[in-house]
Amino acid sequence: MFQVRIHGRGGQGVVTAAEMLSVAAFLEGRHAQAFPSFGSERTGAPVVAFCRMDEREIRLREPVMQPDALIIQDPTLLHQVDVFGGLVPDGYILINTSRTFDALGVGEFVRGFHAERLCTVPATELAMKHIGRPVPNAALLGGFAAVSGRLSIRSVLEAIRERFEGRVAEGNAAAAQEAHDYVAREMQEASHA
Amino acid sequence: MLRQVEGSRAVAEAVALCRPQVICAYPISPQTHIVEALGEIVKSGQLSPCEFINVESEFAATSVAIGASAAGARAYTATASQGLLYMAEAVFNAAGLGLPIVMTVANRAIGAPINIWNDHTDAMSQRDCGWIQLFAETNQEALDLHVQAFRLGEELSLPVMVCMDGFILTHAVERVDLPTQEQVDAFLPAFEPRQVLDPAEPVSIGAMVGPEAFMEVRYLAHARQMRALDLIPVWAGEFKRAFGRETGGLMHTYRMEDADTVVVALGSVLGTIKDTVDAMRDEGARIGVLGITCFRPWPTDVVRAALSRAKRVVVIEKSLAVGLGGIVSQNVRGSFTGRADAVHTVVAGLGGRAITRASLAKLFRDALEERLPALTFLDLDHDLVERALARERELRRPGPVAEGILRDIGTVASRIG
Amino acid sequence: MSYEPIKFYQTGTFTVGNRLLAPEQRGVQADAARNNSLNSGHRACQGCGEALGARYAIDAAMAVTGGKLVAANATGCLEVFSTPYPETSWQLPWIHSLFGNAAAVATGIAAAMKARGRSDVRVVAQGGDGGTTDIGFGCLSGMFERNDDVLYICYDNGAYMNTGVQRSSATPPTARTATTMAVGEAPGNAFGQGKDLPAIAIAHGIPYVATATVAELHDLEAKVRRAMSFRGARYLHVFVPCPLGWGHASDQTIRIARLAKETGTFPVFEATHGEVTGVSRIRRQLPVEEYLRPQKRFAHLFSPQPKLDVIAMLQAIADRNIRRYGLLDGEAA
Repeated sequence: MFQVRIHGRGGQGVVTAAEMLSVAAFLEGRHAQAFPSFGSERTGAPVVAFCRMDEREIRLREPVMQPDALIIQDPTLLHQVDVFGGLVPDGYILINTSRTFDALGVGEFVRGFHAERLCTVPATELAMKHIGRPVPNAALLGGFAAVSGRLSIRSVLEAIRERFEGRVAEGNAAAAQEAHDYVAREMQEASHA
Repeated sequence: MLRQVEGSRAVAEAVALCRPQVICAYPISPQTHIVEALGEIVKSGQLSPCEFINVESEFAATSVAIGASAAGARAYTATASQGLLYMAEAVFNAAGLGLPIVMTVANRAIGAPINIWNDHTDAMSQRDCGWIQLFAETNQEALDLHVQAFRLGEELSLPVMVCMDGFILTHAVERVDLPTQEQVDAFLPAFEPRQVLDPAEPVSIGAMVGPEAFMEVRYLAHARQMRALDLIPVWAGEFKRAFGRETGGLMHTYRMEDADTVVVALGSVLGTIKDTVDAMRDEGARIGVLGITCFRPWPTDVVRAALSRAKRVVVIEKSLAVGLGGIVSQNVRGSFTGRADAVHTVVAGLGGRAITRASLAKLFRDALEERLPALTFLDLDHDLVERALARERELRRPGPVAEGILRDIGTVASRIG
Repeated sequence: MSYEPIKFYQTGTFTVGNRLLAPEQRGVQADAARNNSLNSGHRACQGCGEALGARYAIDAAMAVTGGKLVAANATGCLEVFSTPYPETSWQLPWIHSLFGNAAAVATGIAAAMKARGRSDVRVVAQGGDGGTTDIGFGCLSGMFERNDDVLYICYDNGAYMNTGVQRSSATPPTARTATTMAVGEAPGNAFGQGKDLPAIAIAHGIPYVATATVAELHDLEAKVRRAMSFRGARYLHVFVPCPLGWGHASDQTIRIARLAKETGTFPVFEATHGEVTGVSRIRRQLPVEEYLRPQKRFAHLFSPQPKLDVIAMLQAIADRNIRRYGLLDGEAA
């Protein structure tokens, strides 16, 4: 089983991101379970959502306590919420930012992780570029496909196109593709460093 | 057809396939997505003929369903928590009148204090009202049980409550197999009421019954529900033949063959329990799981048989009989032929508190090593409750309990001002 | 031979009015083919205004719908005296569910008929004032707001009679009830703003609202017929004296109802789509005292000494009704 935890704020599409991840896994013939950590809705409040993927039926219902991967949609959460709690050793981390892990103040924490598992992507900028709104969730999924290698970008794009319509769907797909390529390049550079 | 959808959506589509003719909707978390989806399905013309009525309260919702069902229409509504309580009078009325309404209860805690998260308090509060109560373990089972519920209810002329864990199931997106319209039509024929308001053959429904006949009328309600114990396995078998999967029935057993410790539970927590049990089996523990699907009527015979070789029973329940302890465990104890103190009550997950594999593993180990008390509140913060009790002993005006606890926990808001 | 037109005023059911009227002007009860929807043998008190009103109203509705009618009844006197186990007086499909949900149950029946392609079957909901203005208020308002195809008939005898004459929001000021006893400085029910259900119904903008009394039974039947000519939510508020609860002789029911109208205490009118469209004028205005005196529930207003100031307040309420609805001269204020 592969477990992903997504951190963000209300209004950034965190729950939708987890759902789309699960749909992408479904399209690849796997079992997947996506659910939010539930609370009253409020724009701007910290939100967490989870996605589990497995080849067999998923029976577990507890929150994801030991994520294999983290997607952090809003770096302002890094020092406010325990986003890294339970992360497995050498897990994957994808942060929506144009800064580095060190610049964000988490460089020390991720020492010992494989460099190519720690990626950043300016997803909000990509979202602004492709859909005109600062909702980074779809873009981040493209980046996730690249960094984790657990889903093909094709499945992610298909999941995005199922969830959205018309120009928004295409814009989100384009953002996801660009994020995917960005992260893939970043990983290549890291593994050669 | 396999789909990756939210549990609420899956249930809404399954209900729509059952061709309800009147749907009453009043919103309450966490059932809202079900009635919203049904509203869309009706409004777009996908489900027709069907009247979708936005009622002004849950009391109205069940009352509208009562009128609709009595007039010969297949009726459906959904609620949770406070809403179930608000309609309680009508809930008893529907059962007493013998009207086959199907209702989804998206299980949620009941206040005070207000809490929107999952537990079974709501369904348990109505356990003796005369409705059949079925509990779904997964979203697949949730949608399947609705199809079975309409069939069962209409056959017995009794209302059926399909319970699914709020948020945990309703808001989880997972893979389900949704049947086709043809499959459902073949399984569920048109509603043929056993009593109906028809100008061609006038009847009076809902007359007063005095002391001379009330005992008999209530006995008949009980006898009718008991018939469900025979019918439910039959319909589950038919469902399996028609749809190719095993859902519903009175209960599910898991690794019980040689188990001397049996864990009993209802609903989605069974999944986490099974994962925990698998790990313990790997370590050699003889532990199994009994999942109760039909809670009312209480399937005492099959429970007794299932637990006949158990040395100890651990009942994990998301409900609490204030002043007594367990609710489910009381029912279990009544069917257990061993010593009463071999049945342990574990109250867990109240108000949405997560039930984790780690906590369950420790709990089960305690059970195996005979360290488990009669009543356990899983993961209770004993410090917190001791402080609250001390406050109550020492102060004449300790203030609202919830506020006191939240200050102790140290929520941000409580530190302001 | 010359003919002089004569106006007949109905003074009861067994009057000359029916026999000398043209057949199409006669009441439904004069018709041998009437449905007897509320058949004899029920257990109502002698002189029950509600039984009288219900019999006329439902038979009128059955006549105009060709017998295609279903009734939903709230808990109360009507429900209790009409269905004493194991018997029923009802000769139409009838359901009693709860005290506060008659309107919602009726909504459900109407929805079922529509979904089953039987919109030709019409729906009536009935309840007393307690079940309508108090505990059933929420469901009633919901039914109005959705404009569900239901005629709701409220039989208003001004208290929770079946449980022993307790005060409801329809109880008039100064009336003695079991929970507003005739003791203390202000004996009987308090003076409040009242709860004007017909006005509230009109404010919902529903197709048809009317008030009626059991003193004018042809008028009641005509209003039921008129109501059934509309689709959507309709409300009929019928003033029905209760000899037991009001403390008057059981053969005075119709007379007391007439006095309520003729003093201006109970305005009789019709309204469609939110506007009052017709008023039944007072023939010969009488002071409210004439209405109050025959009822023991107002006895404390007259003994040991007449409470003239309180009676004046009741007169003022009647006068305001007369002004507001134009009950004397047809000129509404």
